[in-house]
Amino acid sequence: MSRKPKQKAHIEFTLNGETAEVAFAPHKTLLEVLREDLNLTGTKHGCELGECGTCTVLVDRKPILSCLMLGLDVEGREVTTVEGMNEGAQLHPLQETFADTGAAQCGYCTPGFLLVAKELLTKNPNPTREEIKEALSGNLCRCTGYIKIYEAVELAAAKMRGESVELPKESVYGYE
Amino acid sequence: MKNFAYARAQDADTAVQLITQNQNAKFLSGGTNLVDLMRENIEQPDHLIDVTGLPLAQVEELPGGGVSIGALVRNSHLAANQIIRERYPVLSQAILMGASAQIRNMATTGGNLMQRTRCYYFYDTDARCNKREPGTGCDALEGFNRIHAILGASDDCIATHPSDMCVALAALDATVHVTGTGVERTIPIVEFHRLPEDTPQIDTNLQPDELITSVELPALPFARNSMYRKVRDRASYAFALVSVAAALEVEDGTIKNVRLALGGVAHKPWRATEAEKVLTGAKADEEIFKRAAAEELKAARGYKHNSFKIELAERTIVSVLKTLASEGGAR
Ligand SMILES: Cc1cc2nc3c(=O)[nH]c(=O)nc-3n(C[C@H](O)[C@H](O)[C@H](O)COP(=O)(O)OP(=O)(O)OC[C@H]3O[C@@H](n4cnc5c(N)ncnc54)[C@H](O)[C@@H]3O)c2cc1C
Ligand code: FES
Ligand code: FES
Repeated sequence: MSRKPKQKAHIEFTLNGETAEVAFAPHKTLLEVLREDLNLTGTKHGCELGECGTCTVLVDRKPILSCLMLGLDVEGREVTTVEGMNEGAQLHPLQETFADTGAAQCGYCTPGFLLVAKELLTKNPNPTREEIKEALSGNLCRCTGYIKIYEAVELAAAKMRGESVELPKESVYGYE
Repeated sequence: MKNFAYARAQDADTAVQLITQNQNAKFLSGGTNLVDLMRENIEQPDHLIDVTGLPLAQVEELPGGGVSIGALVRNSHLAANQIIRERYPVLSQAILMGASAQIRNMATTGGNLMQRTRCYYFYDTDARCNKREPGTGCDALEGFNRIHAILGASDDCIATHPSDMCVALAALDATVHVTGTGVERTIPIVEFHRLPEDTPQIDTNLQPDELITSVELPALPFARNSMYRKVRDRASYAFALVSVAAALEVEDGTIKNVRLALGGVAHKPWRATEAEKVLTGAKADEEIFKRAAAEELKAARGYKHNSFKIELAERTIVSVLKTLASEGGAR
């Protein structure tokens, strides 16, 4: 396959479980293709330098930065964005606990955190706080101070393991 | 971003053919460096040859105990590999101390070797930079040069090579396997990257039509006792101010084998051969570690904002060797 400049690129890939076809200017990043050509604005534009993680999506079930990947690169691959996390009307447990605990404030960083956490819990259903911190260390949040985010992931993990969970009591330092 | 033509290669020969046939062409792997530089208009290729489909994504044991790492092996995959973690922990640690999980999932072995400097003036198209635009001058010399080189720099360029992985490879005596038009060759890692001299626009000794196919680690049994330490301004993301990769074998209190390389200090991963000479055969104690570090840094030259790196490098070398000597001794 070879393409000359100016021609539109045309690719097919799996997007949130369904086949997607899209045509776009070949120099666009995956982030731009998702937002501008597929109208999936859940994935956010942040630094576009690889430093903030808010543009994270899963490609072949691995978290990657869509601001540093060309749209052309996902041809034939499997992409999951935050729009693909819920099952019909049912939110993903992480989405529920992020909402319940206030792990999302302005919410700009949330899609990235959710996808990285989803991948973490698939690989490791019972992560320690340290493992959660390490997994989420590529994502920046300017609002929450992270503690509620870690707690939301822990709560979601417990829910997904089938344990009954109650929201712990809140303090200024998070939940006790 | 400037527009470009795009082609996908399925095997190494086609990739090499495509890069030779097209003017101003570049290979594209994980894109974490190239896409970034293209968006900043620092790199402006007319053709991209996507090599992510090449069948070079395996880590393989070689007869004799070495390991071959395909050019398309992702950094996260390499760092997690069981053989690497056991036999060459320094490499696994170096990779995990770089970038973020998302970037390591994208970045490849070949791309990591070829990544360009993080010098601010290289990134700032309003600044003078001999690496970006040969002959314009170097604004880092008199500018904010905290992250810049203290060894092997020139009056034309004081940029550093930013890779952590490559520092571990330098300590491990890796060789880089490349294929060009009709020729295959291997390049020892210490000769792969070059010093800036008066042509800082050239980072490596790889020819423009050559593709990296794999990196080979020789059998190095004592590298089981190896480690990487990275000193940086903050604990995640930041590039190394100074880093040390080392492997050490001590027998009856005497240093039998040592490999030492420094990162963040030069235009290339810096193999500390002067220090190795002092150490080999000597009694393993703090005094000799200090003497070796001082010997290596004797040639160092600091600039306005980075002179601190000289002492920092010495101390980091000593601390890493002390750790390895006590851990290795305990085994
Ligand atoms: C925010 C951020 C933080 C980072 N932090 C660190 C850090 O702390 N430590 C660190 O070491 N690195 C760090 N990196 C850099 C990262 O490791 C590199 O960008 C990455 O390794 C490049 O690999 P790639 O496959 O994405 O290369 P690409 O971007 O695809 O390519 C880079 C260059 O290599 C060439 N190339 C690629 N493959 C081949 C091949 N097989 N043969 C010949 N040429 C080839 C390309 O033509 C291009 O010129 C960071 C990057 C970012 C964006
Ligand atoms: S927008 Fe991609 S990492 Fe910040
Ligand atoms: S909730 Fe605002 S940046 Fe994270």
